[in-house]
Amino acid sequence: MLRKLLIGTALATSFAFSAHAADVKEVQMLHWWTSGGEAAALNVLKGDLAKEGYAWKDVPVAGGGGDAAMTALKAMVAAGNYPTASQMLGYTVLDYAAAGVMGDLTETAKKEGWDKSVPAALQKFSVYDGKWVAAPVNVHSVNWLWINKAVMDKIGGTEPKTFDDFVALLDKAKAAGVIPLALGGQNWQEATMFDSVVLSTGGPEFYKKAFNDLDDASLKSDTMKKSFDNLAKLVTYVDPNFSGRDWNLATAMVIKGDALVQVMGDWAKGEFHAAKKTPGTDFLCYRFPGTDGSVIYNSDMFGMFNVPDDRKAAQVALATATLSKSFQSAFNVVKGSVPARTDVPDTDFDACGKKGIADLKKANEGGTLFGSLAQGYGAPPAVANAYKDVVSKFVHGQIKTSDEAVTELVKAIDDAK
Amino acid sequence: MSTVATSQIKLTPERSRTSVRSRLQDALPKIVLAPSFAITIVFVYGFILWTIYLSFTNSKTFPSYVITGSRAYQRLWGWTFDTDPPSSWYTSITNMGIFGFLYILICLALGLFLAILLDQKIRGEGVLRPIYLYPMALSFIVTGVAWKWFLDPGLGLEQTLHQWGWTSFHFDWIKNKDFVIYTVVIAGVWQASGFIMAMFLAGLRGIDGEIMKAAQIDGATTFQLYRRIVIPLLRPIFLSAFIVLAHLAIKSYDLVVALTSGGPGGSAWLPSNFMYEYTFKRNEMAVGSASAVIMLMTIVAIIVPYLYSELREKPR
Repeated sequence: MLRKLLIGTALATSFAFSAHAADVKEVQMLHWWTSGGEAAALNVLKGDLAKEGYAWKDVPVAGGGGDAAMTALKAMVAAGNYPTASQMLGYTVLDYAAAGVMGDLTETAKKEGWDKSVPAALQKFSVYDGKWVAAPVNVHSVNWLWINKAVMDKIGGTEPKTFDDFVALLDKAKAAGVIPLALGGQNWQEATMFDSVVLSTGGPEFYKKAFNDLDDASLKSDTMKKSFDNLAKLVTYVDPNFSGRDWNLATAMVIKGDALVQVMGDWAKGEFHAAKKTPGTDFLCYRFPGTDGSVIYNSDMFGMFNVPDDRKAAQVALATATLSKSFQSAFNVVKGSVPARTDVPDTDFDACGKKGIADLKKANEGGTLFGSLAQGYGAPPAVANAYKDVVSKFVHGQIKTSDEAVTELVKAIDDAK
Repeated sequence: MSTVATSQIKLTPERSRTSVRSRLQDALPKIVLAPSFAITIVFVYGFILWTIYLSFTNSKTFPSYVITGSRAYQRLWGWTFDTDPPSSWYTSITNMGIFGFLYILICLALGLFLAILLDQKIRGEGVLRPIYLYPMALSFIVTGVAWKWFLDPGLGLEQTLHQWGWTSFHFDWIKNKDFVIYTVVIAGVWQASGFIMAMFLAGLRGIDGEIMKAAQIDGATTFQLYRRIVIPLLRPIFLSAFIVLAHLAIKSYDLVVALTSGGPGGSAWLPSNFMYEYTFKRNEMAVGSASAVIMLMTIVAIIVPYLYSELREKPR
């Protein structure tokens, strides 16, 4: 009797023990890719992981957007309940890494050769203190023009190569009675456009100094004043109702032919695709005039948290699958962005995607790949938002002159630093 | 001797049983209230103290517990006087002034007016009352989105009137940095005035008809009747309505977001928008906490005199 009991206990303990030692075959993921194309793109990753036997579990976020997700993540981390990974942007990754809650994927990174294939500028956000803490999913770039080809043909326009060309093109559209520039008057959209304007006006060196290094002299220079003047010039070509408009509604104006062009990141391409438009025949994608050869990027990352040991295998599997060439290609074809590693074949991409991949490679090699300040890849959120405030107040007239704008910009950035 | 002893023995347990029971009965309300009391202490007052504490640290993305002084308040104080170009904080507090004043005033006036009209013993009151009251049942998000579309010059009122032929009509407040806050007032008033009307209606029904008749016999005109008798009698309703509206005004956040998404260049911000933006989007938790503390102090400044007057009248 006693023996039986002992054996029973021993067996039960060993079961419990082995169950504890076995890896959890589940990936817990916090993200806000829930709409159409993005959800479809993510299903590719779910499928890849299912093949390796890992179940996918979404961490529910009420409210949908990125802000709600980040608030939820903050609460989870504060409670010590880390997800396997979370969709994260820019400085958020570094903030969490500095708080010591991120995992370490350096081993996997070495094995998979991420050091060489992921652009150095991106590694600034995915590597903290020599350790890989995040897996970049894609590279978006911001300095694009999206043009309705039918309207372009009607007004007889050609690709603008300089800022003055661009203004001339906008004038033509105005004369033809089309809204020249589709803009959504929300601060991030205005600032995203201003990123491109600054790169175009001051060139790559200037952009880096002003918006990545936050160099005071550059921020208050005449070139910055000229950039604000150029922005003011562009704003004269928008329709009177632009204020507060969502970016996808501005894209829709271009798709429908109500407007000629939108300055927006390459996520706008997803809207064209959803409307069954093809690049080259229905719409055109050009680099913002005067910025060819440089890329202003932002990137979605999967931040990897310091999960318990039994969940690490699942995390490694997720990271490996995320940066696998097949997923990078399949995902980014749908998302409109380009792969986060430069050695992915571009065969499945459309014309704009191919150009994006080539541009990224060139910019990476030439050192002209810069983080977008408006998208939070140029400076920490406090500075980036102070910048958006100033640009938006300038566009909407609270700040009246470019002199004042420059003074305010320096003041706001210093205050937020 | 023995009988006395037994009776004593008999009595003692009975007494203690009743006393346990009665003690339990006495304690029951306290036991039932204890959980909600504890929750209130921790989640309301505990977190108020925590927020005050954080506002004196240099918390950024995450809370930090090292007191570093009142830099957050100094920055807010500096921004209070940044009027040209207006700082976000200056915009927020001036908007709070404009919005709070107009919202409360118009809601009270409109609510009273509607209540007086409905009180004229008209037919169909049962149908009309819920129609006015209904907006209160909507969330601010729904109100905000509906009014956003209605006020958008390219979609709503202006566009419709242009299609009907009145092409000179112009109403673009929602796109105008100087007027956008008034559209928040319009939407807010639409939402709350029906509720205020219901409060006044209840008050009007509570007024003794005999007083009114007496006044009419004395030859008071309708205007005098309301001016001299009805409105003064409604004083407690005014006070309650004011408190309800004041706290609705100061916590308005979702309405601004849904209606204007912050307005052109952030010109529709209220302090609550400022607080959320700085705490969660800009990772300046200390500044966000400091602004929350200032909002709390504003509410305290309104509520405390009210509580004082309420509590003072009780003993009489």
